[in-house]
Order: sequence, then structure tokens, then C-alpha cells
Amino acid sequence: MIFGIDITVALFYLFATLMIAAALAVISTRNPVYSALFLVLTFFTAAALWILMQVEFLGIVLVVVYVGAVMVLFLFVIMMLDMNLAPLKSGFIRYLPIGIGVALVMAGELLLVLWARGRFGAEQFPIPADRAADYSNTEAVGEWMYTQFLLPFEVAGIILLVAIVAAIALTQRRRTDALVQSPARQVRVKRDERVRLVKMKSEAPAQGDRT
Amino acid sequence: MITLAHYLTLGAILLCISVAGVFLNRKNVLILLMCIELMLLAVNMNFVAFSRFMDNLDGQVFVFFILTVAAAEAAIGLAILVVLFRNRSTINVEELDELKG
Repeated sequence: MIFGIDITVALFYLFATLMIAAALAVISTRNPVYSALFLVLTFFTAAALWILMQVEFLGIVLVVVYVGAVMVLFLFVIMMLDMNLAPLKSGFIRYLPIGIGVALVMAGELLLVLWARGRFGAEQFPIPADRAADYSNTEAVGEWMYTQFLLPFEVAGIILLVAIVAAIALTQRRRTDALVQSPARQVRVKRDERVRLVKMKSEAPAQGDRT
Repeated sequence: MITLAHYLTLGAILLCISVAGVFLNRKNVLILLMCIELMLLAVNMNFVAFSRFMDNLDGQVFVFFILTVAAAEAAIGLAILVVLFRNRSTINVEELDELKG
């Protein structure tokens, strides 16, 4: 408690505000690089919120996997593509009313469901007690995942493998102008293909040659 | 005190923002992919909140799998985007109409 405010409540509102602001920036900046960087900020604050909920493992995984791998991939692609930004932003103003309208209607419906009659309030879902000091969220999730969810875990590994193969197969290209070796042909070569013995009469050297 | 409804509200607002993003940036495939990532984050937020408030670890394991699939999806989506840009020199959705769909 600081100044009569619970510190976790204050942190929740801080991170929630930051997250919504960052998400708004993602969809409204002109430059895709800034969008990607604001998306990184969104993921960071989401990880902070999860850690605030004492879900530490997923918070760290979100930072490591999303910020460390997926967003870096996004930034790589954005900087690799030399795109012309002007036509990509042209519909922004035209679709602004309908975009905001749909978002507001959706938000209204969702908030109505969430807050009407306190379905998800403190009575139905009491605030969980803090975890004990020696409780390890990573250990608990790992134990649960490797016992109850072993098969889905293996399937997830196969999905990642398929993704690797698909991404490489899609982006690989064969250059027609490149000089490549073919080891199979090199091994298979016969003597006749390389050396030609010619029968011819021996010639007497010309007079002036022996000097 | 922060109840489950607070976290669900945050997820709902995030989802609405990303839907608005799909409407506003409908020409740029890259930002569309980013909006999909935002939607998945909103869903994950709900999963984590329910998992915590119901004291059930299934939700957290599920979020782990969603993260896996989302990473695979982003990798393949960006690979398709690179191939598309190599062939057409544009990522404007309006110009990608070869399938005449």
C-alpha cells in the first residue's frame, strides 16, 4: 500500500493504459517499422500484466518468443521489402468512420456481456490468493504439460517443423545464372568424355625449331 | 482490487482495437498480420486471466500452444509475403487480384 492505493492495482492500470495506447499506435502510425516497434511495446506490457498475475512462465515466454523471435522476423521483412508507403495508407481516412464504428459496437457488446449483472465479478470469481513464496509457476506448467498434454506437445513440435520446412521451401529460389557443381556428374564421368586420343603421323620438326 | 472482469475488459478492448486496425490498414498486408498477432494476444490475455482466477493450469498450457501456432503462422505468412513481393513488387492488397476471387 502506497498513499492508500494498492500497488498491484496501480500497476495494473498503468500497464493496461500503456498497452491500449501502444495497440492504438500500432494500427495508426504511418510507418510499418514504428508499428512493429509499438507491437513490441504491447507485448512487453502484456508480459508485465501476466507476471503481475503471477503467471511468470508465460510472461517470459512471450518476451523471448514474441519479442525475441517473431517481431525480429517482422522487422527483418519490413526492412527487406522496399515498399512504396503512399498508396498503402491511402484508404485510412476513408475507412476511419466504419473502422471506429465497428470497433465501438463490438466493444459495447463485449463490455455489456462482461459487466452486466456482475457475471465475472468478485462474487463469481473470487480474487485468487497470492502464491506461496516457494511456488514455481514454471514447474507447475511443465509438470502439467509433460503429463496431461504430452501428445499435443509433440504435435506442436511437428507443427513447428512443418513451418520451418514450408518457410524455407517457399523462400528458396534457384538462380539460373549461378555456376554450380554437380558432384554426381563429376563422379560419374568416364575417361572418354574428357580425353580424346588422336592417331596421327609423327611430324619432323621444322628446320628453324631447334635453336 | 482487480477482478476477472478487468482483465477480460482489457482483452476485449485489445480485440476491438485490432479489428479496427484490420479495417483501417486494409491495404498493407504487413499491418494486417500485426493486427492478427494483436488479436491472438487478446485471446491469450483471456486464457491467462481465466486460468489464474479459476486456478486451473489448462489455460496456461493452451496459451503456450497458441504461441507456438502463432509463431509458425507468422513465419509462413512472412515467407509468403516475401515471395509475393519478389513476384509482384507490391504488398498492396488491392493489386493482388490474380485469382479473381
